[in-house]
Amino acid sequence: MNLLGDVARWFTDPAHYQGTDAVQTRILEHLAVSGLAVLVGLLVALPLGLYLGHTGRFAFVAVNIANIGRAIPSLAAIALAIPIAGTLLGVQNGLGFWPTFLALIPLAVPPILTNAYVAVRGVDRDVIEAARGMGVGELGILRRIELPLALPLVLAGIRTAAVNVIATATLGALVAFGGLGRYIVDGLALQEYDRLFAGALLVALLAIAVEVALSTFERAAVSPGIRVQRGAL
Amino acid sequence: MNRAIRIAILLLVSALVASACGGASSGGAKPAITIGSTNFSEQLVLGELYSQILESNGYAVTRKFNLGNREIVFPALQSGQIDMEADYLATLLAFVDKTATGSTDPKATATTLQGALTPKGVTVLDYAPAVDQNGFVVTKATADKYKLAKLSDVAAVGNQLVLGGPAECPNREFCALGLKNKYGITFKEFKALDTGGALTVQALVGGQIDVGLLFTSDATIAVRGFVLLADDKQLQLSDNVAPVVRNDYLTKAGDDFKKIVNSIAPKLTTAELTGMNKLVEVDKKDPKDVAKEWLKKQGLIK
Repeated sequence: MNLLGDVARWFTDPAHYQGTDAVQTRILEHLAVSGLAVLVGLLVALPLGLYLGHTGRFAFVAVNIANIGRAIPSLAAIALAIPIAGTLLGVQNGLGFWPTFLALIPLAVPPILTNAYVAVRGVDRDVIEAARGMGVGELGILRRIELPLALPLVLAGIRTAAVNVIATATLGALVAFGGLGRYIVDGLALQEYDRLFAGALLVALLAIAVEVALSTFERAAVSPGIRVQRGAL
Repeated sequence: MNRAIRIAILLLVSALVASACGGASSGGAKPAITIGSTNFSEQLVLGELYSQILESNGYAVTRKFNLGNREIVFPALQSGQIDMEADYLATLLAFVDKTATGSTDPKATATTLQGALTPKGVTVLDYAPAVDQNGFVVTKATADKYKLAKLSDVAAVGNQLVLGGPAECPNREFCALGLKNKYGITFKEFKALDTGGALTVQALVGGQIDVGLLFTSDATIAVRGFVLLADDKQLQLSDNVAPVVRNDYLTKAGDDFKKIVNSIAPKLTTAELTGMNKLVEVDKKDPKDVAKEWLKKQGLIK
């Protein structure tokens, strides 16, 4: 395949590491918008998911509303985000970063919310009843029992959200944002398939790198007690 | 991806075969035609003009509009996925022959273009007086701030300005590449937006870009009060609207087809084209209706 050779040449060309279209700039832009979208998704979805899991109320409604975020085509979300960003933040912010960021949030929410809810719900009721019997308060139960036991699944939700968002942030290139999608969209417009392929490769590598980093964090954060237990099961 | 393309090609081929069979049974003299277009609104209007005049003369027309930029549409024409498209003389010439020099004379440009198209099996039919060139526009505020009226004024301040246009602009002679070579303009940055469409207009208004590529026949320029920078060194050549047809279709269809298509050219002036663009872009009318009304008004269809 000649394309692979072209892609290798593309990566070794020093011109692709300079100026506004430099690889490192595009990676940083991509990480910034994805990271912020996941962060906001986390701030919205995690407390809500934990609360729903702890109380077990309104869960059906909330999880289903959040899942609408999964059902909306991201392409439509990003197009809709242009007038929304323009109205909310002024016409000077109606293109580029803001619409991309806004469109990615609904994508980050559902996996975090659903996983947090399911994880907390799934904690052994006997353990919780025992704690309640020992006089531990509701917040204490959530913080000291439910959260540590639910953590692996909660983190898995965040990982899913991050990978989804990184892959979808490429669409930002359609609304004048930078990021790695730039290479894909411009590569298609110019019929430069090496550029297009390089962009796709970089997105995939970035998603894998983030996945690995979060897995490492997960291993460090999860209590060894649960890990042994999971191994035994 | 590969599979999706294969399925798409299969569908296309079966559609072509089906429509070709339909054409043959109804006489054979009027073979079914597939008309394509690139991705900006004027192209949809032009596509409709040719589609409707052919339809009213008994041709079965399949519309494949908004396919993408010329990098996609011209290969589609050559490979037979479409039979015809409306293009622009000088820009198409620069695309098919990178070394050719167009001119400001449409007649000479058309002759040179035909020379470049013949080996590719494509014929350019009569060009219209309507010209649609790449135009570089700034907002009134930007024009006042930097005292810009013509493109050569930009050279001195280009390094402070952001250019916005279609993604292929930096590689195009009539876009950023030509601005650099002919005018010596180097911009601070280039932002890839769309092809003379709503994103470019919004980016100009919002100040994300300072100079935007719009088309000279775009009514938005006047409606928004943008300043069209004069092309004082004549970077843009005679970009007259002209239909291009693949030769094997042309041989099949014959002179009757040629006569019908060419009847549009004499009536299609820049003012008429800009008027139709305004109806579509500013007044949000359907290109189909705009084309129909214009053809009726010109007495080209009943």
